Amino acid sequence: MIFGIDVISTLLGGVAAGMVLFIVSVGLSVTMGLMGFVNLAHGGFAMIGGYLIVLAMNRLGMPFVAALAIGFVVVAAVSTIFERLLYSRLYRATELDQVLFTIGLVFMMIASVTLAVGPETQPLTLPTWLQGQINLGFISYRTYSIVLIAVGTVIMLGLWLGFERTRMGAQIRAAVDNRRMAESLGINITRLFTLVFAFGSGMAALGGGLGAEFLGLDPQYPLKYLVIFLIVVAVGGLGRITGVFYASLIIGVVDFALKKYLPQGGTVFIYGMTILLLLWRPQGLFGKST
Amino acid sequence: MSATDLQNHPAARALAQRHRLRVWEGLPWLLALACYFAFPRYLGFGTEILITVLFAISLDLALGYAGIVTLGHAAFFGAGAYTVGMLAKNGIWTEPITGLLLGAAVAGLIGFLSGLVLLRTAGLTLLMLTLCFMGLLEESANMGADFTGGFDGLDSLPIKPIVGMFEFDVLYSKTQYLYVLAVLFVCFVFTRTLVYSPFGHSLTGIRENTLRMHAVGAPVERRLVICYTISAAIAGIAGALWAQANAYVNLSTLGLDRAATVLIILVLGGYGRLYGAFVGAFVYMMLEHFLSKLYPEAWQLGLGLLLVVIALFARGGILGIGEELRRRFRGWRNKP
Amino acid sequence: MIKRMLAATAALAITTAFAQAQEVKIGLVAPFTGIGAELGQQIDRGVQQFLKLNAGKIAPYKLTIIKRDDKNPSGADSKVAVQELLTQENVDALAGWIYSPNAIASAPVVSAGKKLAVIMNAGTAFITNLSPYYVRTSFSMWHAGFALGEAAAKQLKAKTAVVGYSDFPPGKDSLAAFKRAFEANGGQVIDEIPMGGPAQVPDFTPFFQRVKDKKPDLFFVFVPAGDHALAVVKTYGALGMKAAGIKLIGPGDITQDIKLQAMGDAAIGLITMHHYNADLDNPVNKALVASWKKDYGADATPDFVAIGAYDGMAAILHAVQATKGKMDPDAALAALKGWKYDSPRGPIAIDPETRDIIMNEYLVEVVKGADGKLHQKVLGKIDAVKDACKAQKIGPCAPK
Repeated sequence: MIFGIDVISTLLGGVAAGMVLFIVSVGLSVTMGLMGFVNLAHGGFAMIGGYLIVLAMNRLGMPFVAALAIGFVVVAAVSTIFERLLYSRLYRATELDQVLFTIGLVFMMIASVTLAVGPETQPLTLPTWLQGQINLGFISYRTYSIVLIAVGTVIMLGLWLGFERTRMGAQIRAAVDNRRMAESLGINITRLFTLVFAFGSGMAALGGGLGAEFLGLDPQYPLKYLVIFLIVVAVGGLGRITGVFYASLIIGVVDFALKKYLPQGGTVFIYGMTILLLLWRPQGLFGKST
Repeated sequence: MSATDLQNHPAARALAQRHRLRVWEGLPWLLALACYFAFPRYLGFGTEILITVLFAISLDLALGYAGIVTLGHAAFFGAGAYTVGMLAKNGIWTEPITGLLLGAAVAGLIGFLSGLVLLRTAGLTLLMLTLCFMGLLEESANMGADFTGGFDGLDSLPIKPIVGMFEFDVLYSKTQYLYVLAVLFVCFVFTRTLVYSPFGHSLTGIRENTLRMHAVGAPVERRLVICYTISAAIAGIAGALWAQANAYVNLSTLGLDRAATVLIILVLGGYGRLYGAFVGAFVYMMLEHFLSKLYPEAWQLGLGLLLVVIALFARGGILGIGEELRRRFRGWRNKP
Repeated sequence: MIKRMLAATAALAITTAFAQAQEVKIGLVAPFTGIGAELGQQIDRGVQQFLKLNAGKIAPYKLTIIKRDDKNPSGADSKVAVQELLTQENVDALAGWIYSPNAIASAPVVSAGKKLAVIMNAGTAFITNLSPYYVRTSFSMWHAGFALGEAAAKQLKAKTAVVGYSDFPPGKDSLAAFKRAFEANGGQVIDEIPMGGPAQVPDFTPFFQRVKDKKPDLFFVFVPAGDHALAVVKTYGALGMKAAGIKLIGPGDITQDIKLQAMGDAAIGLITMHHYNADLDNPVNKALVASWKKDYGADATPDFVAIGAYDGMAAILHAVQATKGKMDPDAALAALKGWKYDSPRGPIAIDPETRDIIMNEYLVEVVKGADGKLHQKVLGKIDAVKDACKAQKIGPCAPK
């Protein structure tokens, strides 16, 4: 029984960690898959969202959930402006020009946040009902982890339904699979891009706020966690929502378990695992093979 | 069409002429030498720029000519640096020039072996594979801290004077500057010859149309691996120079920071052009250096703005602007 | 930015007005951008506060600070910054260094430049051996780690401990120092857990669950101050480890003053060993904290990083006075060897043998004050602690 509890707590911890990865990375996967845009500034939108959420809570005294909503909406709106004014000029540019552009953007975001708020970490204090432990009957576990698992699952289901069951979702899927064909069928790709980009950035903002308990929040955020977000996207397969979801969970759980049982391994596992998975399935676990 | 006609065709002429040395190609070297005399107190920084130029050239070979998009090139820079560092720290090998060759050999070997495995992929997958491979090396260096010095690094490396005569200059980096400049020149001439050789042309062919190269029977994978190996060896030389010039090596030589910065520098200058490495490294590092002196806390804003502006308004980096201008003036120009 | 330029112009005007005031130029090398930017800010503020609070003592000299951003722990940027400060700005003294690798890589340049160099933070023990011009006013990881190892066995009466550390030199030093002292006094370290690197904050949950399963008396943690420390205390609280009877202890990095309030009630009961906290009850510290809050806001506070800078400036001022502003390096070093000072952290001295700091270590518990805020209560103190690594020639300082 002790062993069983051990395994369950490892699973819960890993799944919770995976959910954070999922919420932040899903937008990146869709923008990269749909638009073919290497958006290294995605973490920057997560950071800005996180800052808005923390500042709304700490300076305006807003409740956590309301602040999350504000963060989502504001970042989605702001990113629409970014997309229309800047990103859209680079849709036909090479990947490397996109890298240059988005890294430049990240530098500017880091410097602006540092100048405006300061270089220090922003403390996010969860409301009391999210702190501490919750008794699930068979095990007591960190309340916030359980909530994250629930939230992540709801988001996943919502996205899945949206993707599979709505007209918009069908349009996005069509555009990911074959953009030219979708365009010639009269799908308004420009509008679709803007909407998807705004939504993806909004999700990143949400992830910045929800994940701050684990990932912290400071001006270096967009660069610090860029690699892990990219790993999730690459392993999941570009533009695949279910792919990102499963990839996040697999990476979350395996990484968690290895850290717990073999902490001496450091980051070797995450890199090694990614290399093996990508050599095995270069298009990602759930990507379309060419 | 006779052979003479072919030779006289404008495209053929352009092709035959493009490896010819142009007058302006002497300019960067003269400038670099002039800086030695004009700015004797900036040579430590100058040495850093020259090493970065060499590193960027090695990346250009892989990325600009063979189209291998990698975010893990610091793996080879670090391999070269650690080869020199570990040999010197343990008193096994302290002669600098042969040290460079050893660094190149180790980095080249790692490039060859990893290339065999990783170069079957492309795009984002290749990017992540190279990045994770570098991450593995970095973490191994951290775990083997007893040998590598880990995060704190290997300090006070006892590197012998160059050709037994010129001591490394700690305070002004004069010797280092000329030494690195000379090595950069040799490596550059080598790279330039390589990219204009038939081998170099076949690389460009692979980058532009892999399928076609397969179709004409070119051994695509083998050429890519060879190119990657050479590129890794040159990156290894850059790393070895870094370790020698600083008499120091630590984990940062293997880090994502370095790999990402050199990629940005190359794209900023213009890849696939050889001289993009010079322009990119010079502009990026000068701006970073002097902005950070003026605004220690806020310089990243200016640097970011530069990258964004170049990406938005210039295709092909800073050199791309020059080419665009020339194209507009002349109306016609060969594609490089 | 405009404000800063105005300030610079004003400073310039003052310089011209007191042209006869002897100017001493100090190059300050610290990360003002990147992952260390917050620490760089604390260094900068520590320096500024010293200049402000000691203006009377500084006259008739004028201390000019030239800041350089050394950006990252690569060694090279710091080295170039030091070179240029020495050769272009002709500084009379060097100071700063957050990251140990940067102090290590700069050592040959410092030796060649022959100027006093005061290390204000970098904590790897052997750094001061690398150049005869290095003087350290911060700490070595062995100061707190070793003292806490003893206290854990003697005062806290613990038998078993698990050590969790960030996998880089300060973490390994802390582990070595704590383990050596703890086991020499009858305790036993039953598990050693590397918990990721210094750059990214890992999810600490798996490591902490492992500790929870091991059920030690104490859980000794070293992680870099800042985000890491915040995450450690939050995870400790969220996993219910306190209720499980596992006490969290560590060097004061895990209760860094600037992060303390954000840690919340989970931090209550934490026991640390360190040379400084903002609650220390002495007049010098009271004055510093008051001035700090006035200048940077009620939520801002000095911490051990800032104190390293504050005392570093005190050391430089002493050298300036002793050499009558000439800053001849040998005379400056001679004056600093054995120098004693009444610091906000209590009495300190520079060990003439090692040029490292000698200071008090305080055993501290985090408590909730009447004001609803978290405070650090001194449980005990050890006087005049030397860096155990160099003093006893153990661990990485053992003769090879």
